[in-house]
Amino acid sequence: MTAAVAEEVGARRYETVIGIETHCELGTATKMFCACPTTFGAEPNTQVCPVCLGEPGSLPVANGRAVEFAARIGLALHCRIAERSQFHRKNYFYPDMPKNYQISQYDEPLCVGGWLDVDVEGELRRIGITRVHLEEDTGKSLHVGATGRIHGADYSLVDYNRAGIPLVEIVSEPDLRTADEARAYAEELRAVLVALGVSDAKLEEGSMRFDVNVSIRPVGHAEFGTKVELKNLNSLRSLHRAVAYEAERQRRVLAEGGKLTQETRHWDEGAGRTEPMRSKEFATDYRYFPEPDLVPIEATASWVDGLRAELPELPAEQRARLAEATGLPAKEVGWLVRDPEVLAYFQTVLGRGAGRDPKVVAGWVMGQLQHDLREFGHTMASSPVGPERLGELLDLLAAGTVSATAAKDVLAEMFNSEASPATIVERKGLAQISDTGELEAVVERVVAANPDLADKFRGGKRGVLGAMVGQVMRETRGRANPKLVSDLLERAIGG
Amino acid sequence: MSPAAPGPGSLADLTGHELAERFASGAATAVQATEAALERIAATDERLHAFLIVTGDQALEAAGEVDAARERGERLGPLAGVPLALKDVLVTKGVRTTAGSRILEEFVPPYDATVVRRLREAGVVILGKTNMDEFAMGSSTENSGFGPTRNPWDTDRVPGGSSGGSAAAVAAGQAPLGIGTDTGGSIRQPAALCGIVGVKPTYGLVSRYGLIAFASSLDQVGPFARDVRDAATLLETIAGHDPMDSTSIPDVPVDCTSRLTDGVDGLRVGVVKELFLEGTEPGVLARVREGLERLERLGARLEECSLPSFEYALSAYYLIAPAECSSNLARYDGVRWGLRAKDSADVVDMMQRTRQAGFGAEVKRRVMLGTYALSAGYYDAYYGQAQKVRTLVRRELDDAYQRFDLLVGPTAPTVAFPIGEKADDPLAMYLNDVFTIPVNLAGNAAVSVPAGLSDGLPVGLQLIAPALGEATMLRAAWAFEQDLGLSTRPVSHEEVRS
Repeated sequence: MTAAVAEEVGARRYETVIGIETHCELGTATKMFCACPTTFGAEPNTQVCPVCLGEPGSLPVANGRAVEFAARIGLALHCRIAERSQFHRKNYFYPDMPKNYQISQYDEPLCVGGWLDVDVEGELRRIGITRVHLEEDTGKSLHVGATGRIHGADYSLVDYNRAGIPLVEIVSEPDLRTADEARAYAEELRAVLVALGVSDAKLEEGSMRFDVNVSIRPVGHAEFGTKVELKNLNSLRSLHRAVAYEAERQRRVLAEGGKLTQETRHWDEGAGRTEPMRSKEFATDYRYFPEPDLVPIEATASWVDGLRAELPELPAEQRARLAEATGLPAKEVGWLVRDPEVLAYFQTVLGRGAGRDPKVVAGWVMGQLQHDLREFGHTMASSPVGPERLGELLDLLAAGTVSATAAKDVLAEMFNSEASPATIVERKGLAQISDTGELEAVVERVVAANPDLADKFRGGKRGVLGAMVGQVMRETRGRANPKLVSDLLERAIGG
Repeated sequence: MSPAAPGPGSLADLTGHELAERFASGAATAVQATEAALERIAATDERLHAFLIVTGDQALEAAGEVDAARERGERLGPLAGVPLALKDVLVTKGVRTTAGSRILEEFVPPYDATVVRRLREAGVVILGKTNMDEFAMGSSTENSGFGPTRNPWDTDRVPGGSSGGSAAAVAAGQAPLGIGTDTGGSIRQPAALCGIVGVKPTYGLVSRYGLIAFASSLDQVGPFARDVRDAATLLETIAGHDPMDSTSIPDVPVDCTSRLTDGVDGLRVGVVKELFLEGTEPGVLARVREGLERLERLGARLEECSLPSFEYALSAYYLIAPAECSSNLARYDGVRWGLRAKDSADVVDMMQRTRQAGFGAEVKRRVMLGTYALSAGYYDAYYGQAQKVRTLVRRELDDAYQRFDLLVGPTAPTVAFPIGEKADDPLAMYLNDVFTIPVNLAGNAAVSVPAGLSDGLPVGLQLIAPALGEATMLRAAWAFEQDLGLSTRPVSHEEVRS
């Protein structure tokens, strides 16, 4: 599409309307309708039984824990929990689905009518939640052959370990308007699920996936345009790119005088575009009917009240509380809250030592700590540097015992040693030099070696001082107190 | 009752409780009873074709274990050591289970159905797996993928269906006990046509775990026997809550035997007008009307009642059952087990050709019917409407139970019909179940008990009870059976062989 066309039919005349169906695997120990384990990454077809293989004669029994998890999600999203909900059968043939029907909820879902507040660039948008319902996951198929699709495959392999893992489907209202909003919604929803402890919501393991409905309509029109469904987006990046691409594609079609067709399209991550799916790869008539092998779910008021009372603090509340308590900017607060482990770590560091500066603590937890975790192949959970030890290090920094540069070296050393930060500082001789006499000699040496820089400084270019401070720091292996060095340099050059 | 004199004292001619007495007194062993049954099968089954597979070695081993346990003085259940014919729709671990279908010809299940496990735990000796209409769809056992079963009373006639194999086996003395399943009459109708007792228990009383599903909301496992006492005892053995079946009724005490002999005095019995349809054979009507008089004479208070919704039950059933079957049978696609079509172009082609080759005509017909009934645009008119009829039938029955302890009528409109007579006329075949289907729709209990002969062929009387009304229902059936005094000896095996 040319830039000129984009201008002409661009955002000024059309708005994008987006609704997202999020599928998320629940973190229950066993599957939705049988007692098989749900562990990720096991050998193919080792976590299966007659029920999740759909063996003749087998029957499903609903996992009470999964029902509870789904209800908690509903409550966190301000939904009403239906007093009576029901499973249905969704009928279509596909080899990775053992029974050739999926047990799902249809017109009587567990949770209905809620909302989620999403922060988009500092502005709060309230996105409606149509429903949250329970269903079972399918197996995974691998179609071997030229196309990689089911039609024309030479042969297909199926792993049923995933078959029957409990899923929730969270359906948003068509309230989203941009790719950025779509991504922000997905991120916020993910944070809610993680905070609830109902799912690890790991996109890279496929435990969270998105089907997105995208349409465009002239600004001001109430009627929806022709809807296109983008299936199975499995990362926030894909979600954002696919929505942006599809909205532009639809604008282009209309701009060129074409008509949009209601269809399901597939996002090709490599090519960066959406493509129509073969109509046979999805059914249009699922012949839903109530699952006769299961009884309805009856949610009593006392059960729902109990679950509501036990809801943990949700990300929005966490952010508000944290911003209030620390004065940190929204972006940093958002980053800290995204991962419950990071948040807990940060709060421990902050809480254990009196007077620790939230800004400094946040900077270290988000910056050097993450850098070193990557460097040494650790996660927050497996970090050898616990919040207590990091706190001790930051106290040394605050007291001026070590410089920030030296503190980085100490932190790295702490990944390989169980010694306290103070011991490491002592052992490695990294204590900050704040002794004027000791530093003056070095300063004089640096000034003498850089007469040109000294001239520039005297001529008003005060910025060159930084380079000279750097040299002093190098000569003292980062141990010099930079503020003191700066003062001494100014005095030496000016004098 | 049997057209010829009983065999010369064969253990195969005895009922389960008669065998149990002999086991207890030491007059016979389970191994001997099992051998007698296997001999009877060997002598008659070439003609009858009641069994699809006979597991003689396993049966003798199980019988031997019961004898050994008895010798050790262990406490044994009332049916320990008694042989049984199991419908091939209940999965048996390591033993081929076909549901009468070519598509499952080579299917060996990895687990036992709950009913099978309960039978084994009770020491019941399973002789083998019996023939049936494919996936329990039919009323004559002619729809079996492996050839029809013949009625021991007249081997040119059908035994009824779909549980025709188990019914014929019990009637012929191949086994004193049988297990069938009843979705629209598949236990009661063959029981009537073979002159034995057959019980359709309350929906949820017997676990469906391991029962290869036809129509999940209607299917129920139940007993066949040559007398009511055996049927009641077998029902007690297989009934009870199963956590593996969500539709199984929780925590109900199952006692069908302690008051079995209390009689019918004072029982209020409703004679259902709609079960005396025009077109019912006069011989059937005659036996049933005599039966009503007998119940009255025994002290029951009979009164006519009308259940108008019964008129629509058959139509509703033929939407609901096929709808559920179209979904239940979707899993037979050649991907995981059973038949797989060879040399297919791709997976989809393989699935289509497997189903084309593996399913018989009646199964295909019902899958098509059900798929249609559930389709977008038709759901409300067909499946939805059928569910409304179902609710209506249930309500009318519930109202009737305000006034009656039991309801009564014929089990089937005809006696056993010649093989082939209705095979090409699905509608005529469907009418066999017109008297039995309402009970399945309502989830109630019913029993077919022999009521005498018409032109030398058995007629069944059907007693219907509200949910969990089995004890009262079997009490009435027992009183009726005792007063009528028919022989419980099986059909002569010399006759069968001829």
